[in-house]
Amino acid sequence: MDLILLFFIFVLSAFLGLELISKVPSQLHTPLMSGSNAISGITIVGALVATGAEAQGSLGMILGFVGLVLATINVVGGYMVTDRMLQMFKKKEK
Amino acid sequence: MEARDLINLAYVAAAILFVFGIKMLGSADTARRGNIVSGLGMLLAVVVTLADRSILSYSWILAGLLVGASIGAVAARKVQMTGMPELVALFNGFGGLASLLVAWAELEKLNGAANLLGVVQPVPHFSGVVIYLATLIGGVTFTGSVFAYAKLSGKVGGSAVVFPGQKAFNVLLLLAIFGIGVAFVWIPNPEHAYIFFLVGVGLSLLFGVMGVLPIGGGDMPVVISLLNSLSGLAASAAGFVINNNVLIVAGCLVGASGFILTVIMCKAMNRSLGNVLFSGFGSSAQAAGDDDGREPKAISVDDAYYVLEAARSVVFIPGYGMAVAQAQHVVKELAELLENNGVESNFAIHPVAGRMPGHMNVLLAEADVEYEKLLEMDTVNPMMPMVDVAIVIGANDVVNPAAAEDPSSPIYGMPIIEAHKAKTVFVLKRGQGKGFSGLVNKLFTLDNTCMIYGDAKATISSLVAALKD
Repeated sequence: MDLILLFFIFVLSAFLGLELISKVPSQLHTPLMSGSNAISGITIVGALVATGAEAQGSLGMILGFVGLVLATINVVGGYMVTDRMLQMFKKKEK
Repeated sequence: MEARDLINLAYVAAAILFVFGIKMLGSADTARRGNIVSGLGMLLAVVVTLADRSILSYSWILAGLLVGASIGAVAARKVQMTGMPELVALFNGFGGLASLLVAWAELEKLNGAANLLGVVQPVPHFSGVVIYLATLIGGVTFTGSVFAYAKLSGKVGGSAVVFPGQKAFNVLLLLAIFGIGVAFVWIPNPEHAYIFFLVGVGLSLLFGVMGVLPIGGGDMPVVISLLNSLSGLAASAAGFVINNNVLIVAGCLVGASGFILTVIMCKAMNRSLGNVLFSGFGSSAQAAGDDDGREPKAISVDDAYYVLEAARSVVFIPGYGMAVAQAQHVVKELAELLENNGVESNFAIHPVAGRMPGHMNVLLAEADVEYEKLLEMDTVNPMMPMVDVAIVIGANDVVNPAAAEDPSSPIYGMPIIEAHKAKTVFVLKRGQGKGFSGLVNKLFTLDNTCMIYGDAKATISSLVAALKD
């Protein structure tokens, strides 16, 4: 049941995603890519739990910690660099 | 209501913020706000996760967040706009690896729980399958992205590498990954299963490298988009592993957006995804194109200046070479000077010019070129016969008329910017080498084409200096 429910969510999100983004002006291709890339860092949620919930020093906790560092780089770097790019796009519209 | 429910409600809110954020990213007016909205979603997801009851200690979490955030912030601030494709590839790879590690940590947790109970208990099949999937996709994304990063930043050769039996090797590798996965999930002994898991990790890492190996520079926009899509799917698979809806939704949205970009890029080259991924396009083995023996003619910057001075309309066609030469600022200066002299000057942007989707747009935006001056291929082509001078800056295949005229050409059918229809064409090029596809570019030997050899930035700077006098 769990599997079906999760899969259901997955399929619906896929269609939602395809609908949402079907038309993107080429100017925004790079920001869309780096912005969505930052979203893929959502795996940080899993890394947080693994780091905090496992016994310290256990392999699971260490894996979680490395994952946490990497996912945080992905999230923080991704959002900041996207914002930097979009800022450049913005200032020309004055 | 329990804390668990509150957390899940907050995840729903985060997912909604992602949906709106990504929707707003798709249009110019709202893009920046959209990015912030999706960032808020991320912040919300992280904060409520910290309230999770199962978290015992925060010291390592804090350390991880601080280290990761500082590295990410510095990288995002320091990167030059020309280095953007590399950075995006690298971030992508980190996301993929993080998903792999999350899945692995979950496997450790399941095995550890069984050990505590003192029972030999295999991981449930469903968990096994999704753990393996997340590991596989995450691993391929990681090494594929890092390898793409190395190619883009010139740390390894950027061209396509093919060797005999490559396809057979990759098919075998894929079968092995699949077989090992089956063994991992269905072997009852957890210790043996663990060994299969580790082999699976190794093979998926190898597969990422093998997948990017036969893909050369000009096809990079496709690969980067595809890896982008995969990093989302990896996060989504990790969501199945830890039973978390927000990961599934957010990851899947990224997967979809990356997929759409991939399709757009493939269409812009009129090639199928399979062809891009597997053909080894542009490797030396395939380099062909008939050389009709005509030599391109070169002119000096001074002569180019006289032609430009007499021109009434000019179109710039930038390519990856402009990024390499960091010439975007001087190009903008030249365009501005021309405008001041009453010359209409525009930019023609091919969708796959550069090394990632929208690469040229980012560079020219950095140089402060007005958005209205960036014309897409379909807009600019009908105007081409009226253009006095088309200035090709470090672009090659995207202006090769063979794509339109010569059915025997490997790039035949790819939509191009029809620079050759302009009255005069200047091609700025570092040397006499061939483009990424290894093809002879017929544009270069046309009667109305003049080559200006040398560093694009230096050439444009001297043109600017000449025009100023």
